Amino acid sequence: MGTVLSELSAAMAALVELAGESIVRVEGRRGRPASGIVWSAGGEIVTANHVVSREEGLVVGLPGGDKIEARLLGRDPAADIAVLRASATGLKTPAWLPVEEARVGHLVLALGRPGRTVQATLGVISALGGEWRTPEGSLVERYLQTDVVMYPGFSGGPLLGADGRVIGLNTSGLARGVSLSLPAATLQRVVPMLLAHGHIRRGYLGIGAQPVRLPEDIAGQLGQETGVLLMSVEPGGPAASAGLTLGDTLVGLEGAPIRHMDDLMAALGGDRIGQPLAARVLRGGKLQEMRVTAGERP
Amino acid sequence: MVQVRSGRDGAGAGTIVTSDGRIVTNAHVARRGRLEVVLQDGRRVDATLEAAEPRLDLALLNVGVSGLPAIPLGSSAKLRSGELVLSLGHPWGVEGGATLGVVIGVGADLPENPQPWRELVAVSLHLRPGHSGGPLVDTRGRLIGINTMMAGPEVGLAVPADAVDRFLQANSPRAHARRAAA
Repeated sequence: MGTVLSELSAAMAALVELAGESIVRVEGRRGRPASGIVWSAGGEIVTANHVVSREEGLVVGLPGGDKIEARLLGRDPAADIAVLRASATGLKTPAWLPVEEARVGHLVLALGRPGRTVQATLGVISALGGEWRTPEGSLVERYLQTDVVMYPGFSGGPLLGADGRVIGLNTSGLARGVSLSLPAATLQRVVPMLLAHGHIRRGYLGIGAQPVRLPEDIAGQLGQETGVLLMSVEPGGPAASAGLTLGDTLVGLEGAPIRHMDDLMAALGGDRIGQPLAARVLRGGKLQEMRVTAGERP
Repeated sequence: MVQVRSGRDGAGAGTIVTSDGRIVTNAHVARRGRLEVVLQDGRRVDATLEAAEPRLDLALLNVGVSGLPAIPLGSSAKLRSGELVLSLGHPWGVEGGATLGVVIGVGADLPENPQPWRELVAVSLHLRPGHSGGPLVDTRGRLIGINTMMAGPEVGLAVPADAVDRFLQANSPRAHARRAAA
């Protein structure tokens, strides 16, 4: 067979071997070890949250074969990201590839270390989209889908570009039946927050709501078709304290339209905690302005 | 590579390992009944079963034909994750089919390995009925495994070439002679 194929094959195996030095095994759930990526040489490991089901007795398997204890530093279940600290130093961090450089059709390798050795599979980037929110409402900078097969224990491992840099963290925990990766930009935003607070701080109003169509005249006036109808209001919660009540329809917060739950979640970032917010509410067919002070989501 | 027909069962594949007619296939392909081998040039020849090792899913046939193209033996111990590999066989009866994938890993702690006591080569390609007993080759055409089965919908498993080599050594005519003398 031709040398071109042999060279390609050898190059891929070399990338796997090199990147494998930055991939660890994460034993965070019973009987089903998964993978993690070295975040800092000092022992911080980023992985998928859904593979860390317990808080105690976490073990990390290093590329050299050592098994060491690890501690959970923080988790963001909505983004499926967890950060651990393994008591190790001198770990090798990978090079990250900005997702802007990734294109649909690029060859990628998905790597994992559910066992002692690094494992790999090949695929292409099958879809690249813009910003999106996970089912639980966490922001992800880019939608990054591949056709790689996520073998058992590959979650938490890296998606490698053809130059060996890491494009993202693979997880099968965010969507069924499609292989998604969290781009480096999302990790670079979320991981420092987890290191600082242990969780992602999100604003909180204490309401249950669902999107509803607005009356035509109001829709025309606001330039939006829908708002969110308050189905429940937690007694003593931020919304209740501000005088919001069951049956109100929230249509805006701090000048941003609230058309559906995604808008509401986007408007309630960690920076809004403790801030008085201008809420625009439809009550009894009339628009009203109210002030509500966001709490922190427990 | 050849086709191996056994009794009334469908055909599997076989891999020529010596130019004087020795062919390796899966034990589950050469189970019982009359064994017939279809060579690449279309010749149909009877084969005798020289050895079988069901635990490894390997069988050694002899067709008593010389001048056959034997495959060079590679080393499965040197395989690296991410390497390109080709699997050859007769998927669904299609003669001489090839499929491309990469090595997921080699060893016993592999995803979905149904027999974790056993070292296997796991590859990211689909093995079909008719692939069994055919060669898994590297990009230089060297034998690195014998196709054996799928594990789950997405993992192809092969018996490592090193295990095939040991099986051949143990069942070479000289080994027989040694055993007979002992």
